[in-house]
Amino acid sequence: MSIFSTKKSWINLTIWVLIIALIIAAPSVLPVFRLNLLGRYLSLAIVALGVDLIWGFTGMLSLGQGIFFALGGYCAAMFLQLNSSGGFPNGIPEFFGLYGVENLPFFWEPFKSSIFTLISIWFLPAIIAGLLGYLVFRNRIKGVYFSILTQAALLVFFNFFNGQQKLINGTNGLKTDVTQLFGQMVGSEIMQRWFFWISAILVILAWFFARWIVRDRFGNILIGIRDDEARVRFTGYNPVIFKTIIFSIAGGLAGISGALYTVQSGIVSPQFMTVPFSIEMVIWVAVGGRGTLLGAILGAVLINYAKSLVSEALPASWMFIQGGLFILVVTALPEGVLGWIRKGGPKKLLFLIGINKKLETYPSLEVNEQGEVKS
Amino acid sequence: MNSPLLELKQISVSFEGFLALRDLDLVLNQGDLRAVIGPNGAGKTTFLDVITGKVVPTKGDVIFKDKSLLGQEEFRIARKGIGRKFQSPRIFENLSVQENLALSVSRPKTPFSLLIKSLKVNHLDQIQHLMSIVNLQSKANIRAGALSHGQKQWLEIAMLVGQDPDLLLVDEPVAGLTDEETDLTADLLKSLAGDHTVLVIDHDMEFIRRLDCPVSVLHQGHVLKEGSMSDIQKDPLVIEVYLGKSEEDEE
Repeated sequence: MSIFSTKKSWINLTIWVLIIALIIAAPSVLPVFRLNLLGRYLSLAIVALGVDLIWGFTGMLSLGQGIFFALGGYCAAMFLQLNSSGGFPNGIPEFFGLYGVENLPFFWEPFKSSIFTLISIWFLPAIIAGLLGYLVFRNRIKGVYFSILTQAALLVFFNFFNGQQKLINGTNGLKTDVTQLFGQMVGSEIMQRWFFWISAILVILAWFFARWIVRDRFGNILIGIRDDEARVRFTGYNPVIFKTIIFSIAGGLAGISGALYTVQSGIVSPQFMTVPFSIEMVIWVAVGGRGTLLGAILGAVLINYAKSLVSEALPASWMFIQGGLFILVVTALPEGVLGWIRKGGPKKLLFLIGINKKLETYPSLEVNEQGEVKS
Repeated sequence: MNSPLLELKQISVSFEGFLALRDLDLVLNQGDLRAVIGPNGAGKTTFLDVITGKVVPTKGDVIFKDKSLLGQEEFRIARKGIGRKFQSPRIFENLSVQENLALSVSRPKTPFSLLIKSLKVNHLDQIQHLMSIVNLQSKANIRAGALSHGQKQWLEIAMLVGQDPDLLLVDEPVAGLTDEETDLTADLLKSLAGDHTVLVIDHDMEFIRRLDCPVSVLHQGHVLKEGSMSDIQKDPLVIEVYLGKSEEDEE
């Protein structure tokens, strides 16, 4: 990434200062309801970072990140449910009683352990993404076929989770806001403030991690796979391994994101695995700027914030605005907002509106011998 | 070295009944420089596809350093020491010249090593050396996509050499180059032969003549004739299928 010089780091630094200032100021400025929303959007930024790694850098458009997002959420919710089910019949979560289940399904058992849960939140989605990815990449399924396949996988997971009342409460999902953690209600203000801080810190850590991955030759191979996979192969690299690793990393990030989102929204349900939600993740990255990492964070937070503000003012109009935004970005800003800023977009815009004062040095003006500008 | 570096034995490739290659035999020894010419559709590119593992032959065997290459994946064949340059320059356009070369000289080519380790000092020296061979030192940090067509061709050749292969397969290296660039490329390839084995495919007769090396003429998927350029030009069969027409055009 040595191509871009100090200008890029200037823009990055400015944005980071703004983000950090926002994060530090938010808890004292925002009411807890808004703070909670911001915390959710920060956690969504983590899944967006993963989408940027696999799509922006490696060129694999996954429309199924909702699978890994939801898995992370379910891991967290199962732990919380078990943690607070002491008072219910048979000592198992309350919903089981509705379906006449008396014994805890076997796969719930390990989630009694907090350490197992903390690991499985990212490890389980990463492993599943790795396995799924390996099978797909080994068979050289790419491009639009890959996208369709990930979306099909998403539908499979959605239908499975939706139909399994006796295992994970099916379509109702698992509630977390009334569960207990450290003797506090998860939905309480004090806990939500904590989750905000955890989300904010994890977004920053996730950014550093993603940055570390793409900073050097590993990232260059990902870009190489995106631009010319055959060349990567003939240079002696096995693209399958690289793609599997990065898809697995994106899966792990999605899991962390899903867990944080779940505890802040109070429920995990198969709704996390709907097609539109996974497509939205891609839109955040496209609008923020593919292959920029920081753009993914900005896209996720700003679009979601806009979504909640617009939805409050004009219910039902958000889908149109989001669609319009996507079309605008694809046609006018193909590199996203951050890519546009980095390429000097604002300057060009100022020139277009006629505010730019450096008009006389604009290089494409042709002047004839009399010194008149040719039309 | 007694045994040849590369040996193609009775290779046939059939695409749904169409024979792209039929019973093709070819032997390359260590340090050879060899040109392969042939009219369009003679199977020149398919023949490279077979060596590099992109196409599996219907019949026959490819022996490289006494071992068969059949059924191996492209990246493994590349690691064994076969580098390939494509017809149109295939480089990583969004990476800088230096980054392109860094990927080519890196070893081992495993994800872990790329992620954890930084580039070794001798690899950095090698990159500088490669850039000096193809005259791209001043462009080290320029995005490769911004290079001229000729510079892209050279960058790709430099990437090939950076892999330190025993065998370089070079497909139409001078397509779209100026005369001066063509001459420089010919000199470059000649200087690489000896240390490496080089196989060049091209249409450009002037260029092949300048390489001054044995030529194999490919026609309808098999080797019609092998010999020096002057022998080839005298051969009535070759003139009939290929040279006759282009000779008249050229001279």
